[in-house]
Amino acid sequence: MRAQRNNIFLNIDWLLVVLYFLLVGFGLVNIYATSTTVEHTYIFDFSAKYGKQIIWIALSFPLIIGILLFNSEFYERFSSILYLLSLVALAGLFLFGKKINGAASWYSFGATSIQPSEFAKAFTCLAVAKLLSDRKYNLNILKNQIKAGIIIFLPALLITLQPDPGSAIIYLSFFFVFYREGLNLNYLLLGAFAIVLFIATLYFGAQGVVLVCFSILTALTLYILYNNTHFLRFNWLKVVGIYAAVGLFILGTSFVYNTVFEQHHRDRFDILLGKKIDTKNIGYNSYQSELAISSGGFWGTGFLEGDRTQGKFVPEQYTDYIFSAVGEEWGFVGSTLVILLFMALLYRIIYLSETHTNKFGRIYGYGIASILFFHLIVNIGMVIGLLPTVGIPLPFFSYGGSSLWGFTVLLFIFIRLDAHKSYDW
Amino acid sequence: MKRSFLLLFLITLVGGLFIGRLFQLQVVRGANYNPVQNAAVKATYSYPDRGYIYDRNGVLLVANQLSYDVMVIPKDVQSLDTLEFCTLLRIDKASFKKRLLKAQKYARWLPSVFLKQLAKEDYAYLQEKLHKYKGFYIQKRSIRNYPNKSAANIVGYISEVNEYLAKKNSGYQQGELIGALGVEKQYETILRGVKGKKYLQRNNLNKVIGTYKNGKYDTLPVNGKDLTLTIDSELQAYGELLMTGKRGGIVAIEPASGEILALITAPSYDPNAMVGRKRSANSVRLFGDNDNKPMLDRGLQAEYAPGSPFKILNALIGLQEGVIDTNFSVFCHHGYRYGSRKNEFMGCHCEIVGKPIALKTAISKSCNSYFATTYRRIIDHGENASKGMDSWRAHANSFGFGNYLGYDLPAGKKGLIPGGKYYDSRYRYRWGPTTNISNAIGQGEVLTTPIQLANFTAAIANRGKFITPHILKKINQQVVTDSSYTAYKKTSIDSVHFTPIIAAMHEVFKTGTGRWSQVPGIEICGKTGTAENFTRIGGVKIQLPDHSILIAFAPKENPQIALAVFVENGGYGSMIAAPITSLLIEKYLQKTIQRKPLEARMISLSLQKEYNKLIQKKDSIESPTK
Repeated sequence: MRAQRNNIFLNIDWLLVVLYFLLVGFGLVNIYATSTTVEHTYIFDFSAKYGKQIIWIALSFPLIIGILLFNSEFYERFSSILYLLSLVALAGLFLFGKKINGAASWYSFGATSIQPSEFAKAFTCLAVAKLLSDRKYNLNILKNQIKAGIIIFLPALLITLQPDPGSAIIYLSFFFVFYREGLNLNYLLLGAFAIVLFIATLYFGAQGVVLVCFSILTALTLYILYNNTHFLRFNWLKVVGIYAAVGLFILGTSFVYNTVFEQHHRDRFDILLGKKIDTKNIGYNSYQSELAISSGGFWGTGFLEGDRTQGKFVPEQYTDYIFSAVGEEWGFVGSTLVILLFMALLYRIIYLSETHTNKFGRIYGYGIASILFFHLIVNIGMVIGLLPTVGIPLPFFSYGGSSLWGFTVLLFIFIRLDAHKSYDW
Repeated sequence: MKRSFLLLFLITLVGGLFIGRLFQLQVVRGANYNPVQNAAVKATYSYPDRGYIYDRNGVLLVANQLSYDVMVIPKDVQSLDTLEFCTLLRIDKASFKKRLLKAQKYARWLPSVFLKQLAKEDYAYLQEKLHKYKGFYIQKRSIRNYPNKSAANIVGYISEVNEYLAKKNSGYQQGELIGALGVEKQYETILRGVKGKKYLQRNNLNKVIGTYKNGKYDTLPVNGKDLTLTIDSELQAYGELLMTGKRGGIVAIEPASGEILALITAPSYDPNAMVGRKRSANSVRLFGDNDNKPMLDRGLQAEYAPGSPFKILNALIGLQEGVIDTNFSVFCHHGYRYGSRKNEFMGCHCEIVGKPIALKTAISKSCNSYFATTYRRIIDHGENASKGMDSWRAHANSFGFGNYLGYDLPAGKKGLIPGGKYYDSRYRYRWGPTTNISNAIGQGEVLTTPIQLANFTAAIANRGKFITPHILKKINQQVVTDSSYTAYKKTSIDSVHFTPIIAAMHEVFKTGTGRWSQVPGIEICGKTGTAENFTRIGGVKIQLPDHSILIAFAPKENPQIALAVFVENGGYGSMIAAPITSLLIEKYLQKTIQRKPLEARMISLSLQKEYNKLIQKKDSIESPTK
């Protein structure tokens, strides 16, 4: 029993490990396809992108083993410290950060650089799990809500200021965790409703949306009034409040969109909503990405046969737009398979989390499922032209050491926690 | 546990949504995806040799020659000895600067043409020194060459495909060559061949990064096919020589086959003018010459009143309709009176007064009165004038008058054969045969083109049938068997009626209006014509010198050649058209000319004075203040 307990390799969830290596491996195949050139054809050419990725993957093995060697208890105990360390790392960027693509998100070490925001996700998730797993903790108390909010707000703020708002958006995924741990659904519904209103306002203009919303609200009020015998006891203040809130939100959206947003932000939305057609400037990436995916057809062009991938038509294809390479070279079959793999990974993580008797492990698992899910929505949604351009990587797939290691840490801490879920430490 | 359903549900929803979107992009949209038509693929072409064109005897009319374009890539150009370079290219310094600037404006890193179609000698000099001029190189191109220097209107020319044409026609890229006139245009697809395609893969910077799919979609060029025309280049060149200094059109057809032996228009031009560096200047000059109109193929496109040869048609229709027979005769008193008013009189020059004139004499002496009577009877033969006119028109149409003949050249005019409707609307149903009595003698409303008349002559020679005239004889030495150019078309006139007509036409050259143009040893049948013509300048109708016309075929038995000759403002048919016709027939049938003085006279005869007068007349009326 004792020996079994110590030998964590007997207890880890091999299915997750297999899914991890499938995704990383297929990712490498596509990074090779996007970065191979006439000069770089040798597989272990470490000056090429794919060669570097091989190094990152190779180095992730000691990382994985290191993560697995630590006790589960370690992660719970040191979660606060790890969280604080990542905050310090993020704050330190303002002093020592290296600017790449306009954002000081990187620490530079000679030839390589490290992006702390990729690791901050995992450690924030640990901190959230630690906070929420307290037995006395109740998320329906406003004070606790604020506490939880601060934990996710701090790293998100630091990242936004770098400025890298795309990576900061990911912290919204913690609302799924909060909901799972008892937060009222109304918060999520309110958020969803706000998003719908936001898009509708951009698309149809403030006037029309206000008109439609107010008509619906009026109809609803009249209907309730009709069914309500206690006319005088009707909460009129609430009704007026709803009207005001909806109206203000729509007008506010319109105001933000027209005056606060920069033109390039507006363009991203306009192109996505089909209000503007742009294939050359700001819409070039999305246009090329969609073209590349379309040209894959059902079976795909085959490995190293994609005209657009080989011609490097999609900018940043080896990082954020890696999925378009899958789309072109592996077709509908390959890209659907990738989505199914990711779905399997998420289902598995959630399933395993729910079997945890330990609250900390469960929350952490749920947290990383949410984070990964958010990445998928934003990244693939962008690549296939459903969402505006937001530069975040596709987990396990995209080129980049920080990203790969960040997600490796994220996943393997969970695998480590999961390996000992049946033992109460 | 229950609360995690939301996330599970959302994961499934988003996954489904993504797969649906991928289906839309890849399966629905991807189905219409053409692999070789995308930005990542660059098509390069290798051009086939354009087919040669020969005449019926195998004489080369159109060939290819190499031409040398000086190309420039502006970004590679380094400082150079401009003076020497300009001297080599025979351009001045201003032109050099202009050309370089133009290339720079187009693209600094792409080649553009610096100087087109360098002369062969210049090329030799330049080639030796070209290494000194970085950024310049020479590109060989194949252009047309016309060793024969004649028949420009037949062979046509080729030109570069412009932006508009390239957009309209997917098979061509801008700057490629396309037949623009004549046979070059008509048989473009055969002559051109198929260009070879090679697909290269390129990257986002437009840089070629290798062959596309290892040449899976590449094709080799297929050379164009050689054409053999029905033209007899010797006859053609001789006809052009005879037409020196004159305007008009001549069409010669072999009656038995419908092959066009010669298609002469005057004035014409040397086809080599449309090739080479002088091309654009020449083109402007030729197309801009509104007085001489050298680009107008008068054999095909000029509509003239046919004049007296039309009397033959009326005689044939009269015989067919039974309103006259060979014994029918009329009396002529210097003309034909068809009304009581003073101007209702058609003059006649047959000079046979007091004697009955029958068909043979009527034709040989070209008696207007006879054919006015015949025409009137034809029209009156119908239920009413309109119906009579329609059946007259149907007969004329059966000879190919009043419509495109269907020959294989891309230019032509319909001419005009009016029917009952035409006059009904013009005169509001108040008209009779005398209203348009001029049609009897080929004046009035009728208009024909020389090739229509030539075809008419061939139909007479064939006694009532003809093969659609055509210009193409063989493709790559294979005889063309297109049924539209091998099958006879029947006219509406029975063949028996042609015997007296041919006899009469023979008489024309024996004793009639063409008797001065007899050729010893050849029995020519023909009919002279003199067509009045008018022009309207500033609303004023002005009579111009008559056109000289003649139709003829020879020999009488087993005809070998049928011709129609139009000489604008040449006076009587017997004066210019008849001798030219006889010379052409002599040339074609006997290969040598016996009547040298006549030949010399005809070649040197110039009507330029007449034409100048026309121009002056026009100018004086158009700009009265000068």
